Amino acid sequence: MTARSTHAPIIQMKDIQKHFGSVIALAGVSVDIFPGECHCLLGDNGAGKSTFIKTMSGVHKPTHGEIIFEGQPMNFEDPRDSIAAGIATVYQDLAMIPLMSVSRNFFMGNEPTKTVAGFPFYDKEYAARVTMEEMSRMGINLRGPDQAVGTLSGGERQTVAIARAVHFGAKVLILDEPTSALGVRQTSNVLATIDKVRKQDIAVVFITHNVRHAMAVGDRFTVLNRGKTLGTAQRGQITPEELQDLMAGGQELATLEGSLGGTV
Amino acid sequence: MSEASTPTPQEDERIKETSALRQALIRPELGGIVGTIAVFTFFLLTAFNSGMFNAAGVLNWSTVSAQFMIIAVGACLLMIAGEFDLSVGSMIGFSGMSIALLSVTFSWPVWLAIIVTFAVCIAIGALNGFIVVRTGLPSFIVTLAFLFILRGFTIYLPQTLERKTIIGGVSDVAQGDWLAGLFGGKILGGLFTWMGNAGLIGVFERGTRAGDPVVDGIPMLIVWAIVLVIFGHVLLTKTKFGNWIFAAGGDAQAARYAGVPVNRVKILMFMFTAFCATVFATCQVMEFGSAGADRGLLKEFEAIIAVVIGGALLTGGYGSVLGAALGALIFGVVQQGLFFAGVESSLFRVFLGVILLFAVILNTYIRRLITGER
Repeated sequence: MTARSTHAPIIQMKDIQKHFGSVIALAGVSVDIFPGECHCLLGDNGAGKSTFIKTMSGVHKPTHGEIIFEGQPMNFEDPRDSIAAGIATVYQDLAMIPLMSVSRNFFMGNEPTKTVAGFPFYDKEYAARVTMEEMSRMGINLRGPDQAVGTLSGGERQTVAIARAVHFGAKVLILDEPTSALGVRQTSNVLATIDKVRKQDIAVVFITHNVRHAMAVGDRFTVLNRGKTLGTAQRGQITPEELQDLMAGGQELATLEGSLGGTV
Repeated sequence: MSEASTPTPQEDERIKETSALRQALIRPELGGIVGTIAVFTFFLLTAFNSGMFNAAGVLNWSTVSAQFMIIAVGACLLMIAGEFDLSVGSMIGFSGMSIALLSVTFSWPVWLAIIVTFAVCIAIGALNGFIVVRTGLPSFIVTLAFLFILRGFTIYLPQTLERKTIIGGVSDVAQGDWLAGLFGGKILGGLFTWMGNAGLIGVFERGTRAGDPVVDGIPMLIVWAIVLVIFGHVLLTKTKFGNWIFAAGGDAQAARYAGVPVNRVKILMFMFTAFCATVFATCQVMEFGSAGADRGLLKEFEAIIAVVIGGALLTGGYGSVLGAALGALIFGVVQQGLFFAGVESSLFRVFLGVILLFAVILNTYIRRLITGER
């Protein structure tokens, strides 16, 4: 872990505050993200996880605070700017279009073109070939590039979306609860994908409220609670039980857990 | 253990091999192809000797089909992009009236009247699209409003200016106009004269035109239909923009997250639909030499039905321009074929309703096949 901390962070979020009218969604959160790490962002519903990553990906502008991306203060006007800079976000159920083929989904918004008679046409052969290559690298067995995304499982869809982001040069990959709707087998596939991506020196921000999933792949863990961070812990310095308590804000869950016999 | 841990992905034993037939079923054009074969078979058997399949008969139903095709192409791309335009019929009436009023009442050159009308109608299409993407209202409601607004103006303007609702005399002022010929003329006249002389097609036996072929060329209306179908098909399936059309209709939010300019795509498709409606109206005005305030009634629904028969989903994100063109062909052939077969023409509407229902059910089934929903 110390090796990772020696090189410079790719994103520094400094004292980020975000207010929506009278609601304070984020009350000063600071996090550093390093290349090649899987940074888990944990928190219960309403803790401010979504607001925080939307600030990072340029959807929201922070009310107060500074975002440093690759050493430069950044000021994204809209999500397209952040995509261009290399910050890709994969949303839980808004990643893929079920009626479209895998290859058309894969290149959506980044369609390859070839010029025929002076006109740029969609390069179907290239799209099909690259899609098949990337999918087999991620361990997804497609019938063909024209197979509709609707026939894939939820985990496979997440994997296609992650492979797409990596293929198009993401340096930071934000995953918004990628495992929350998945079964056991599919979850482990997605976690394995996260591990592959991290090894390519891409920073992964993994949002989840499942401690088990976080512990499986996380290098560092930041817990958000009621718009505040309760600190960042490194792998090996914290137990799942401690993380769980932090997420729930301590006391109440400990009591509840006692009455449920440690099954939560 | 060593067997189970091989990294290569395994065939999923729970997925059955899909047959070639099932693969063929998952094409949006399927309904259109089957319908076209069925309709032609039916009329070849029942109305072969009625003149439906000689040169004049073919031209007759081709022209009617071409009219449907022109508006179906626009409606098809718009529906795939996830929106409807119910103002197509009113737009046809409005643009036709605009050309007639500008050229006859205001004595503008016809080419200028046509260009200004195109500009105005495409701008109205853009306004439709702008309101839809800005307010997030269903396009059904926004364009329903324009259905009434445009129809109202189409009746009000000639009433106020000329005290009548049919403006004639366009043929006289359009004589020799360079742009009017692009909508009202015919091409390949020489070929048809040659075919008439060679005995391949019928010629007039008597009268002032004795010896002339019964069909003296292909109307520009049909040329426009073919050009628009090819353009729409290539745009949708062979370009980057076509991928954006599918994406915008499939899931607008997911498309936005992937960087697709969804609003621009939708507005452009509303403009294209308006363009198609204006092409239809211009051809019609040049052919009839007049514009009427009631032109284009119910055309929006006929366009939508042709598109649905062609396999497009009403919810957007899936469909085919070729399918929509086949839907339009089915329309034209049946409408004119019932006349040739001597069937009461009101039954055409019964046919429409029935085929629409079948098409929607088939499309829903195909959608389940594609997405694997149960």
